[in-house]
Order: sequence, then C-alpha cells, then structure tokens
Amino acid sequence: MEKWYLMTAAVLLGLTVRWTVSLNSYSGAGKPPMFGDYEAQRHWQEITFNLPIKQWYFNSSDNNLQYWGLDYPPLTAYHSFLCAYVAKFINPDWIALHTSRGYESQAHKLFMRATVLIADLLIYIPAVVLYCCCLKEISTKKKIATALCILLYPGLILIDYGHFQYNSVSLGFALWGILGVSYDWDLLGSLAFCLAINYKQMELYHSLPFFCFLLGKCFKKGLKGKGLVLLIKLACTVVASFILCWLPFFTEREQTLQVLRRLFPVDRGLFEDKVANIWCSFSVFFKIRDILPHHIQIMISFCFTFLSLLPACIKLTLHPSPKGFRFTLVSCALSFFLFSFQVHEKSILLVSLPVCLVLSEIPFMSTWFLLVSTFSMLPLLLKDELLMPSVVTVMAFFIACATSFSIFEKTSEEELQLKCFSTSVRKYFTCFTFLPRIIQHLFLTSVITMILLTTMTVTLDPPQKLPDLFAVLVCFVSCLHFLFFLVYFTIIIMWDSKTGRSQKKIS
Amino acid sequence: MAAFGIATGGSNWFSALALGVTLLKCLLIPTYHSTDFEVHRNWLAITHSLPISQWYYEATSEWTLDYPPFFAWFEYALSHVAKYFDQEMLNVRNLNYSSSRTLLFQRFSVIFTDALFVYAVHECCKCIDGKKAGKELTEKPKFILSVLLLWNFGLLIVDHIHFQYNGFLSGLMLLSIARFFQKRHMEGAFLFAVLLHFKHIYLYVAPAYGVYLLRSYCFTANKQDGSIRWNSFSFVRLISLGLIVFLVSALSLGPFLALNQLPQVFSRLFPFKRGLCHAYWAPNFWALYSALDKVLSVIGLELKLLDPNKIPKASMTSGLVQQFQHTVLPSVTPLATFICTLIAMLPSVFCLWCKPQGPRGFLRCLILCALSSFMFGWHVHEKAILLAVLPMSLLSVGKAVDASIFLILTTTGHYSLFPLLFTAPELPIKIILMLLFTIYSISSLKTLFRKEKPLFNWMETFYLLGLGPLEVFCEFVFPFTSWNLKYPFIPLLLTSVYCAVGITYAWLKLYVSVLTDPPVGKTKKQ
Repeated sequence: MEKWYLMTAAVLLGLTVRWTVSLNSYSGAGKPPMFGDYEAQRHWQEITFNLPIKQWYFNSSDNNLQYWGLDYPPLTAYHSFLCAYVAKFINPDWIALHTSRGYESQAHKLFMRATVLIADLLIYIPAVVLYCCCLKEISTKKKIATALCILLYPGLILIDYGHFQYNSVSLGFALWGILGVSYDWDLLGSLAFCLAINYKQMELYHSLPFFCFLLGKCFKKGLKGKGLVLLIKLACTVVASFILCWLPFFTEREQTLQVLRRLFPVDRGLFEDKVANIWCSFSVFFKIRDILPHHIQIMISFCFTFLSLLPACIKLTLHPSPKGFRFTLVSCALSFFLFSFQVHEKSILLVSLPVCLVLSEIPFMSTWFLLVSTFSMLPLLLKDELLMPSVVTVMAFFIACATSFSIFEKTSEEELQLKCFSTSVRKYFTCFTFLPRIIQHLFLTSVITMILLTTMTVTLDPPQKLPDLFAVLVCFVSCLHFLFFLVYFTIIIMWDSKTGRSQKKIS
Repeated sequence: MAAFGIATGGSNWFSALALGVTLLKCLLIPTYHSTDFEVHRNWLAITHSLPISQWYYEATSEWTLDYPPFFAWFEYALSHVAKYFDQEMLNVRNLNYSSSRTLLFQRFSVIFTDALFVYAVHECCKCIDGKKAGKELTEKPKFILSVLLLWNFGLLIVDHIHFQYNGFLSGLMLLSIARFFQKRHMEGAFLFAVLLHFKHIYLYVAPAYGVYLLRSYCFTANKQDGSIRWNSFSFVRLISLGLIVFLVSALSLGPFLALNQLPQVFSRLFPFKRGLCHAYWAPNFWALYSALDKVLSVIGLELKLLDPNKIPKASMTSGLVQQFQHTVLPSVTPLATFICTLIAMLPSVFCLWCKPQGPRGFLRCLILCALSSFMFGWHVHEKAILLAVLPMSLLSVGKAVDASIFLILTTTGHYSLFPLLFTAPELPIKIILMLLFTIYSISSLKTLFRKEKPLFNWMETFYLLGLGPLEVFCEFVFPFTSWNLKYPFIPLLLTSVYCAVGITYAWLKLYVSVLTDPPVGKTKKQ
C-alpha cells in the first residue's frame, strides 16, 4: 500500500484524540462513598490480586459484593489481575486490600488511562486497521477515510477514555471475530468471538448473527459432507475456548453457578437509570416496572426481542453473506438494546460497532446513527463532566465523515440501499418517490432537535417537579431514532438479496 | 441541503483541515500550561486595571510587561472580554490565579486569535505554487502546505499546551509574506510594521524586509543582466513606505513618548541583564560553544590543568535565568553576539540585494535572517525556531533541496521543543503529535518529489533516526539510572547539543543553496 503513511496518520490522530480525552474527568471522580466505574475497575484489581481465585465472585468479609462486586466474566477478572500485577510494581498502595478503597491520585489516573490505551492499541485499533485494509471494491483513499472515521467514533472514546471502561477490549475481540468469520477463517473468528463473550457478557447481543452466519455456511457446504465437519470443528473450538476461560470456576458446581448469577442479575429489574430503549421510554406513560410482575416483564422483553430479530436471523441462515452478516449484526444488536431485559445506556456501543463497519456502504445513515448513539449517552456524559470533550469529538467525527464521504450528496435511493424496497412499494403506490427527501428532512430535524436538547440540558434548570425532564427527553428522542433505524436496517436486510438477483438478471 | 453540505465542508478540504485542528486545540485545553499562562494573565490584569502610564512600571508580579505596546493593547482588548468570564483574573495582586473559567478564557483567546493564522495560511496557499505532481488531492502541494502550516507541531504545543500567542503573530508574518507574493507591497509592509509592535523578536527578520522593499519595490526596474538600474528609483514609493512605518510606530510608541517613558519601555523590551542562554539551552551555536567549554573544563580538571577553586559555581543548567561565566573559553558578551548575528546575516542580505529573485528570494533571505539570529542571538528561546520553521514550510513544497532542508530543520527544531513539556500526562501527546507531524511531512514531501533524487543522504537519515534512541534514552532510560541525581542536566544537554548539530547543518545547507543558486535570468534560459 503506497499510502501507508496516511493510514499511520489516521491511527495517530485517533490516538491523540483518545489521550487528550483521557485528560478529562472520569466517572465518580471525588464522589464518595460509591465513586463510579473507575473505582469499580480499580476495586477489581484489588480483589483479584489479593484474594484467591475461588473467592472472586463470592461475598465475604474481604469482598463486599455490594461495593462494586465483580460482575463480568472471567476474562475481565484475569485482565484486572494482570493490571494489578503491574500496579503493584509501581505503587502497592493502589491495590492494597481494604485500605485502597476510593484511592485517587494523578499518578493513579495516569496508570489507569494508560492501561486502557494499551489494551486499545493491542486489540481494537489493529482490528479496525485490518478491517479497513480488507474492505473490497473501494479505493485506498476511501479505506483510510473509513479507518479514520471509525477510530474517531466519539461514543467509544468518551466511554472508554472519559467515563472509564474497557469496551475496546470486548469490541475489539468481536471485531477480530467478524474479520475472521467474514474472510473464512471461521475457527479463529469464533475463537476471537468467544473471547469477546468471556470478556463482557453483553457481547451476547452479537452472538445470534454469528451463530446464524456460521450455521448458514455449514448448510451451504452441505450438512452431510464438509458442512458437518465444519460444524463439529466450530463446536469444538467454542467449547474448548469456553472451558479454557472458565477452568478455575469449573472445579465446583457452586462456583460456576455463582459466576453465572453474578453475570446475569435477573432480579435487578427491566432497566436501570435512563436508557434510550422501549421500556424506559414507555414507562414515561405507563410504569411497567412497578405494575407488571417480575417474571412477566422477563417474558415480555424476551418475546419482543425474539420476534424483532427473528426475520433477519432466518434470512442470514438461509443466505449467508458477509454483507448480510454485518447488517444482521446491526439489527440484532439494536433489537437487543431496544427490547431486552436489563439494558445499560452504554450498551449502544454494541450496536455502534457493526454500524461503524457499514460506514463505507451507507455513509449517510451510519453517520446519522453514530451521532444519535453518542447523543443518547448525553445524561451520562454530563454526569461525568465530559461536556467539552463530547461536543468537540462529536464535531470532529461529523466533519471527518462529512468530508471523507461527502454524505450529503449520497442520499439517493441507491445510496441509501433502498432501491429495491422503493421499487417493490411502487408496484402498489406509484407515487412513492419521496423517500430520500423525507429522509433528508428527517436528518435535518433530528440534528436540530439534538442540538437544541443538548443546549437546553446544559443551560436550563429543569422544573422542580420534574428533575429528570431533560434526561427523559433525551432518552425518548433517541429511542424514537433507534426504532426508526431498526425498521430501516430490517428493510435493507429483507430486501437485500432481491438486489443481488435483479442485478444478476441484468447482467 | 446542498448549502448545509457546503457549510459543513462537503468537499472543502481546507475548512475541514482548519476546523479539525481547531477542535484538536479545544481538546488540548485541560493540558499542562507553563508560567507563560500566568504571565499573560498578569498582563491582562495590568492593562485592565492600571492607567497607561503605569503599564511599563508595574512590578508586583515578577512577570512584568515586556512586549511592545500593541501587544499590551491586545491584552487590554482581551481583558474586556475576560471580565465576563471571571473578574478576579483581572486583579494585579491575584498572583498565580487560575480558576477554570480563567483557563477556558485564556485558552479560547489563543484558539480564536488563531483565526488570523488560518486566514494567512489560506492566502499563502493561494499564491504559492509548488511543484506540480499527482492529480490526487493528498498529493497536491497546496494540500500538503496547508497541513504543514495548520497542523504544525511546534505551534500546537507552544501555543496550545505551553501557552503563548504565536499563532496570530505568525499569521501576521505569513500574511505579509503572502501580500509580497501578490505584489501588494504596501500592505505587506504595513502588516510587518504592525507585527513589529506586537512582538519585537521579529526585528531579527527586519533586514530582509527592509532590503527587499528597497531593492525590489523602490527600484522599479532592473538592467538586462539583473543588476540594479539606479535611475529607476522611485521616491514616492520610498516616502510612502516610510510614512507607513512612521505612522504605525507613532501610534504604538507615541503615547509613551508623550509620557516621557520611552527609555523605561525600551529597558523592559530589551533586558540584557538576562544570560546568554535560556534556562534550557536553545539548540544554537552557543549551546555547542558552552558544551565545548564544559567538556574542556572537565578534561582540564581531570588533567589538573585547571584549579578547581577558580571555577565559578554557577552552572548553566541550574534552571534560572542568570549570568554565566565560561570556564575555559572566553565568556560571551551581548555585543559579541550582536556582531556575530550581524555577520551571519550579512551574506544573505547582500545576496538579496545583488541577485533579487522576487518574493521567493526574499523568503529565503527572511528564513536565513531568522536562522542566523537563532544561531547567534543573545538569550534565545528554543521556541524562536518557529520563526524559521513556518516560513520554511512555504519553500518546502517548491524544490526538492528546500524540502530536504525543511525536513531536517523542522524535525530537529520540533524535537528541541520537547523539554518544554516535561509532565507525564503530556508525554504521550507530544510523542504522538510529533510522530504524526514528522511522518506526515516526510512521507508527503517524499511522495511529492518521488521522481527526483532521494531527499536525504545516508548521513542525514542516520542523524534523523538518531532522534528516536535519544528520546528513549532521555525520557525512559536516564531517569532510572543512578546518574539521574548526580547529573540531572544530562538529558537537556544531550538534546540541545544533538539538535544544535542538526539546526546548524540545516542553516549551512540553506546558506550554500542560496549563495550558489543561479540568478533568475539564467534559470529561465535553461
């Protein structure tokens, strides 16, 4: 690649933005007694380093699960252990049992931020660069532009480097998985994806498309011959990688069960805080959480999720293709986010990752979605005092997308991949030609709404009776957007193969 | 929709680049800032709360006003916006005051005034036509030049991390250069006169301006062979130029002349009480000289040729601005540096007079003046290298030789700025940004000149690559060795000496290329 230097520049720009954002405040800075996610991660280092592995997930006098108890899968725990090991070399106070609770200092912040950067640099960023280099049918310049835009996506940067989490690890593993599976390195791909699930259980949002895509591949090869062999190999890989990750916890039945209980806290309720999903938005009018019994809530959310993702998954199983796989990832993750049980606002990142991957195919809609996804986390970002970096990174991302894809010129039916859909609708309503214009207008309205809401949230004091007014409004507006996007992506997926067929007919 | 697209930079790469770097500057707001932050806060307070007659006498803070009057007026104007942010920062006795609103205001004042710099870069890109290369946008000289200027590493870290207002000052200089290229000499002269009254360090490049205007503007025609035609002298032009300079100076210094304070103003502007070198040696000739002196004195002590009791205690690296005695070599006086600087500038100015080559020749002479003063000046700051680096960017997209000189000069010059940022959180930023700028500049200029011979010979490549190990040693190895306590100045010494070699080399190479360059007439015939 002759223009490797531009790719290097893109990566370095991404790194600069990441590190400058990390100079800002983190979640729960100076807010005892509970602090925030930063303290949670530090606490996990303390626990994993000082306690024997058998006690990591159990409540004890040394491990109060009410105070940021470990509730992520083993790989996260191992990662914390590794970080703690390094921390002990630098300053043992950072991870001393009990006494280090709520430890905060400039040096420690630097250390924690550095661990995020290193993890990102090792896992997520190489995956993004490789993914963009492997993109087909576009020029080198476009590949670099895509990489730049993905690396500048503000949602992930703000949560990882501002709020403080290690999403780039799980998302990075998932991306390696997607890369592997898309380019027929099925075993390595599924191994990477297993690692992703074992790092963060939320990666299960992506698991159905993986399952369906691989199953579809096996079907395609014929279930009696090569397909069966592949299926068995895949099953062995998955089981083996899971066993490897969970080995210390498989020694006793109680251990395994306790970890699972910690990972899936079903008794924690339908949703937490303010989330831009259906249940939270709906409860503005109708307090589902209080009215319906617990098990019915679970049933309802399960049914909705299942029904909304069923069509896309069936389609993917029957016609597995890398492109269909990427779009199904988007719609499945979005269904989970909108309808499933116990969703966090940060889970939108799981939808954003696959949307980033289709950035070069549908630049207009992806940019729009990625902007909305960052906006939906506004209440959280404001709580962490990240207003300034949020506004700046969002603008930078928007400029990067707008300049490198000239998104405003790409709003025809074809560019939006809605050609087939419109054609088939036009069979019944001949005057159905206004779709692109509607979408353009929707985009303008949506951007203006987001800007207005942000300004209002920042400048105005909410009325005393409704202290959460703006937060709820933000969630509600974002939720409407996400529903719209779910419909859009489902349409693209369902009408996709017809394009393929019609194109074949033409050729 | 289309209008919206254009407004947000649908395909307008220049505004995207400018906006992008502006946003990066906003991200740098929470970074470390040096005492210069307090310096400018103090000046805000002085100009806001005291009458003009006290501006150059006020000495509550150690950071007294030592810039020319226009800059003081600039601070005065800023202070009227500042009062809406935080009234407290405008109090002279509030030393080291730094609230978050003060920080925001000061940082944004730099970012906003940089608009002038962006405009100047835009003008420069219009009138500089570099080498014609590929059709792709990223290979066009204009694109490369705007990245090199807008995203200049030195400006970013000096202005937006360390804290200074070089952006709009450099903007004024670039704008005046651009006006010369556009044949709007009067405007260019006016801009430079204004600039001089903003920051007097630009006096160093004044010879280039003076000689160029006299030779190529006041003399309206040349003989066939390019030599001067004496009877073409235009008195009108000379008088109008003089009038411009006089009016600007009157506007700036007049009030202080009326108050009979000019000597006080000048004593503030030219503090010869400071030492030969700044706390950290700027990588120039005197750094090499002092290093040689240090080596000789160590050798002398080892060989018992020197008496330890006679060696002055003051060490040059102790960190304060102070007088310094050399041990073996003769000590340097301000007058000596002044003469050295003049001698170093002379050939370039002479060349500008004898072989006028239009604005391009002027630009070369300006860079040589800036570099010569950097090499031999009294109490030079490492930041002064930007005075040469920015105009040099304009030359770099034109010829391969210039590109090679530019790359050596910028890379070493920028690296020599590293000690400005010594705090741990800024370490990744300076390394990443430096890599970004260096990799981009080297690779893009290599692509631009790919059909000519390689930009660097083996020696230059080796030297530039050496910066990597040097950085690793200074920041990652040395602090963990036992020498760290005994000789804490070694990293600074190494950096400054290593960079001094590169900058001296670039200066000499540029001088050689200017002096051996054939005059315009001949190149056209070829």
